[in-house]
Amino acid sequence: MSSAVDPVIINLTVFVLAVVVGYHVVWNVTPALHTPLMAVTNAISGIIIVGAMLAAGPEQLDVGTVMGLIAVMLAAVNVFGGFLVTQRMLSMFKKKSK
Amino acid sequence: MSANFVALAYLIAAVLFILALKGLSSPISARRGNMFGMIGMAIAVLTTLTITQNLIYIALAIIVGGAVGAVVARRIQMTAMPELVAAMHSLVGLAAVLVAMSAFYNPVAYGIAPLHASNLIELFIGTFVGAITFTGSIIAFGKLSGKLGSKPLHFAGQHWFNLLLGVVMIAFGIMFIFTESWTPFLIMIALALLLGVLLIMPIGGADMPVVVSMLNSYSGWAAAGIGFTLNNNMLIIAGSLVGSSGAILSYIMCKAMNRSFFNVILGGFGGGDGEAGGAGEVEQRPVRSGSADDAAFLMGNADSVIIVPGYGLAVARAQHAINEMAEHLIGKGVKVRYAIHPVAGRMPGHMNVLLAEAEVPYDQVLEMDEINNEFADTDVVLVIGANDVVNPAAKTDPNSPIYGMPIIDAHKARTILVVKRSMAVGYAGLDNDLFYLDKTMMVFGDAKKVVEDIIKSLQH
Repeated sequence: MSSAVDPVIINLTVFVLAVVVGYHVVWNVTPALHTPLMAVTNAISGIIIVGAMLAAGPEQLDVGTVMGLIAVMLAAVNVFGGFLVTQRMLSMFKKKSK
Repeated sequence: MSANFVALAYLIAAVLFILALKGLSSPISARRGNMFGMIGMAIAVLTTLTITQNLIYIALAIIVGGAVGAVVARRIQMTAMPELVAAMHSLVGLAAVLVAMSAFYNPVAYGIAPLHASNLIELFIGTFVGAITFTGSIIAFGKLSGKLGSKPLHFAGQHWFNLLLGVVMIAFGIMFIFTESWTPFLIMIALALLLGVLLIMPIGGADMPVVVSMLNSYSGWAAAGIGFTLNNNMLIIAGSLVGSSGAILSYIMCKAMNRSFFNVILGGFGGGDGEAGGAGEVEQRPVRSGSADDAAFLMGNADSVIIVPGYGLAVARAQHAINEMAEHLIGKGVKVRYAIHPVAGRMPGHMNVLLAEAEVPYDQVLEMDEINNEFADTDVVLVIGANDVVNPAAKTDPNSPIYGMPIIDAHKARTILVVKRSMAVGYAGLDNDLFYLDKTMMVFGDAKKVVEDIIKSLQH
């Protein structure tokens, strides 16, 4: 047995644990907020922006970095749009004012 | 900045994303949760900026994309949320494909050169899921926004063709893994893009809540797949959270419609042969109809009223009017609540948002399971813009296509008022026994007009 764990196994560990956490957290979301849930997960999946920024990162501009920049722009739409529309929706949910 | 520091910052961001979802367990904690999510994203983006060059270009791209997102978020109509969500899924899908292509073009940028077989497999999976999400979401967007017909599109041998396409796509993916060359990679992407179109085209409008949830899930898995390729734990965590969220929502929607997931994916409601016959046999039966004044009288003198809204309410833009009506009734000492079926809107939780927008207090709005036991003790139920979700055939008629679907027990109330344009059938093309009960009164007319007339009558 070799001493170093393959990064694939570490990734898989993180992945499985995250799915378990996601499963439990999402079942606790009240059905009334399922639409905001979708909007906020839209924003969170915009996390792909981090991958896109790394792609756009190398100093030399070429096909790879340009694709990265386009991806940054697309993901930014999700990040800003997702969080802001969620905020807008959540601000509508009010209790009786009396 | 050191790689360790970056990884720790990503860990904080990942925890904040979990807290963002956790906040949604109640409307009280939800806004704080959303704030956590924004902070998490800010940490993730700012940390990444410290390890990249081309800062000006990247900042510019963020500003342009962010501005578009902000404007859309501010302007979008709440009825159009399903379209917006579908459009956003497609952006994530496309971004995932671009990142994957870029990673293959220049693996050094991600510190994953030379590419191992495992990297290539992950790259392949992340790319095809992203590509299917991209085109599938565009089709879903088109159907939801009415730009494409919402009718399911079928052709002979469709499922076999899709299966074949899928197999060929995987074959090119395997070829890509072995040859590490662009040609099979690009062909694989093209096939996945086509598959996305073909998978969603046959799905009908009524099933869109499932499709939107499913694509939500895919967009998450695509991000997680890219995270595997880049050995980036935060992408894996955030992607998995989104992926499981979408999967759970798909499950909830399928259950609410009494459909299996495969049943939805493999063909639309109303595509079967047996069902068409049922719709034609609507017999003429006598119904009791009344005026808005009658409805106002009944509700005004009731102790308790439950309103069952369906999407027809939103189509008629009657949400604000219904809230005003409810306030009048509450002023007369009537207990008013709303009962929401999970598929009342066009996406999970849609009706709740539409009512919240109309300033209906959320503590008056109850889910089907929370309120179903109370109908027997309720004086008046007002069904407005809803049909199939209150059809008792789902419980009593084993031959009904919707048999087994959970419904709102409106038929148990002492008096039932149904506001409807005409006796036309609902989505499922079925007649509804509820309309013919002795204790049911139909109020025919446009939902908004009827509600406004009820308000006028209540004011007297």
